[in-house]
Amino acid sequence: MKRFSRLLNSLAPFFGLFAIYLLFIVIGPESFSSPHNLETILRQTAIVGTAALGMTLVIIAGGIDLSVGSIIALVAVVIAAFLQAGVSPLLSAAAGIGVGVLCGFINGMLITRLRVVPFIVTLGTMLIIRGSAKGIAHEQKIDAPLTWLNNLLAALSPDASWQLVPAGVWIALLLAVIVALLLRYTKLGKHIIAVGSNEQTALLCGVPVNRVKVIVYTLSAGFAGVAGLMQFSRLTVGDPTVAIGLELDVIAAVVIGGGSLSGGEGSVAGTIAGALIMTTIRSGCSQMGLPNWVQEIITGAIIVIAVSLDRLRHRRSEA
Amino acid sequence: MRNIRKSFGATAALDGVDFELAPGEVHALVGENGAGKSTLMKILSGAIAADSGTIELLGKSFLPRTTFDARKAGIAMIYQELALAPHLSVADNIVLGMEPERYGFLRPAVIRRKTQDALAQLGHENIPIDAKVGTLPLAIQQVIEIARALATGCSVLVLDEPTSSLSGEDVESLFRMIRRLKANGTSIIYISHFLEEVKEISDRYTVLRDGRSAGGGSTAGTSADEIVRLMIGRSIDQLYPHSSHEKGEQLLSVENLQGLKKPRSASFTLRRGEVLGIAGLIGAGRTELLRSIFGLEQIRSGRIRVGRYSGFATPEKRWSQSVGMVSENRSREGLALHLSIADNIAMNLRRDSTRLGFISPRRLKKSAEESMQLLGIRAGTPMQKVETLSGGNQQKVALARLLHEDVDVVILDEPTRGIDVASKSNIYTLIDQLATGDPERNLKPRGVLVVSSYLPELIGICDSIAVMCRGVLGPVYAAASVNQQQLLEEAIGKGITE
Repeated sequence: MKRFSRLLNSLAPFFGLFAIYLLFIVIGPESFSSPHNLETILRQTAIVGTAALGMTLVIIAGGIDLSVGSIIALVAVVIAAFLQAGVSPLLSAAAGIGVGVLCGFINGMLITRLRVVPFIVTLGTMLIIRGSAKGIAHEQKIDAPLTWLNNLLAALSPDASWQLVPAGVWIALLLAVIVALLLRYTKLGKHIIAVGSNEQTALLCGVPVNRVKVIVYTLSAGFAGVAGLMQFSRLTVGDPTVAIGLELDVIAAVVIGGGSLSGGEGSVAGTIAGALIMTTIRSGCSQMGLPNWVQEIITGAIIVIAVSLDRLRHRRSEA
Repeated sequence: MRNIRKSFGATAALDGVDFELAPGEVHALVGENGAGKSTLMKILSGAIAADSGTIELLGKSFLPRTTFDARKAGIAMIYQELALAPHLSVADNIVLGMEPERYGFLRPAVIRRKTQDALAQLGHENIPIDAKVGTLPLAIQQVIEIARALATGCSVLVLDEPTSSLSGEDVESLFRMIRRLKANGTSIIYISHFLEEVKEISDRYTVLRDGRSAGGGSTAGTSADEIVRLMIGRSIDQLYPHSSHEKGEQLLSVENLQGLKKPRSASFTLRRGEVLGIAGLIGAGRTELLRSIFGLEQIRSGRIRVGRYSGFATPEKRWSQSVGMVSENRSREGLALHLSIADNIAMNLRRDSTRLGFISPRRLKKSAEESMQLLGIRAGTPMQKVETLSGGNQQKVALARLLHEDVDVVILDEPTRGIDVASKSNIYTLIDQLATGDPERNLKPRGVLVVSSYLPELIGICDSIAVMCRGVLGPVYAAASVNQQQLLEEAIGKGITE
């Protein structure tokens, strides 16, 4: 019985997702329920969803990373610049993601060496990285030649329909499975949870707390790097002003999915559901012809409702 | 451990303590609150470093710099506040930091076996090892923490007040565990106030008093009275002014008050001109009692009457009902350390420091200067930051705020903890004045409710005293009719059969 209620608890974000999807099928236009729209929702979720995988780790470890939006922009700019210089697509993508990983490593080192709280450090690096992206791009969009990179998140052509969804969605899914396995079956995963759950205890038991933190922020930026690659793929240019404020969507996805900003809690499945909930609302609202501001209000309300429901459930299961 | 010394600022917490632990024995460490037991054990477990002195472990010099160092050397300390990761499972907690792994992947079968082994050693095979620790009861969590210590191969286990939050049945189970461990050759240091527990479980005991070893020996050959005598061992000095107080009308009455956890039951009345002391051990529920009266903690049942008001109220309401409180926790609750003396004193901004809702800096400064003089706060100007003051002067600032409000009921939680003797003396005088009143300055006598862990102080300054033990407040005695031994015995639950 207890096991069952725990299962139910962990599935709660999916019930929410399902309910919202059904709601739009009922009240929305017919176009919403088409398989094509489902594919569109998945494609649009891939970027936030991928970045949110890293954020899930950060939040479980009791931290926060505000720099992911800027990292996405920097990575997109770097990839475009390399392509423009005639470097092969694969190498350009690797260089872009590599730059992202480096940013995360720096975040982690600053947080653990300077002993400054993650909110402040990543607030600072958010601006630094955004500024660097603009500098590299001379405050312009960098045009890049079209390559296969641009097909990652493009709508599938009829002859490629055997893929079901574009490669970018498959990549996001694969990464999600890897992160879920990491949290469940590896030492690092348990250490991440331990650091967020009770840092003092983790220290007492000999968990290398600082190293765990550095790894977590590096991973977070690595996932943001992959998201940056997807962002570039969709836009086909390196735009240094892209993804401004995206870190908040990413954090919202984790939080809707049951992540707690005080650490220790969060799950990959929940995060993915959270990201899908936000895209579904956006897609549904825009197909119903509701203006942007209505979508924003609804998304905001969903965040508050989701989190208060989560707290309520927790309090009841504790009592 | 030989000749251990440790000072915090000007106060010496440990002043040359010797302590010896034999293999496979249960050694009780007893002493009043503040005698230095915890400090000594923190040094042993690497949480803090000693100023001087030597520690030898199995004949070799031992100097732990972190708690992890001590753990690796086989010394594990279990605090009252348990150190577990609530979001991880029982098994994950037990192997935390030394997970059996292969290429970074956990080995669930090995983890299961290790966990079950450790729990079996304690006779608790039935604990569900996949449950999240945060969902389990406290007594089970304690078992898990001890199991973790075993799994790391500890040879010395320090238990700090392990029974303070356990029920009678769980205490029995803990004792069975301790006997098993002892039979396996583990040495145990058992810190407790509860002398009947000490008598039951320990082989030898050491008493600390005022940071020094006051005595010790074999538990079997000693009576509880003897241990109590070693714990107190001092005479009441002339620190305590006590004018005759005239009791007036009833200011505060509490009937069968029950909080969410503590207090379990408390009843008393406080009259104008009375100083009522509440004695008891740390963790007995005294602070919770004060906090629930003041509206800082929820109550489950019972009645609180303040003057003509009745019922539960928020702290804001309580201030307007003329009740003021000074918290035991100066740095977190009592004061805003980064602000000036004047700002702290006028924190509530309820009286005379505002004009038409605006703060008048001049009035603020003037009233702060008056308070500083009245209480003998030693500081340059009222604009000096509170964090630069000594503990004693900080406490006086906290009291000054309360006086600034001119309340009828004054609630003080550990008003003299961690401050020097001169400041203590000032505060005793102040409490006495509060209860006497001052017709010249048109001050009525007030009622003072004070919690203290220091018995001589309570007997010295109070008119009446009640003792709290494990959440239950006992009868109120006239202070003149009780002595320390009686109070201590009641506080440690001797003679009370559950």
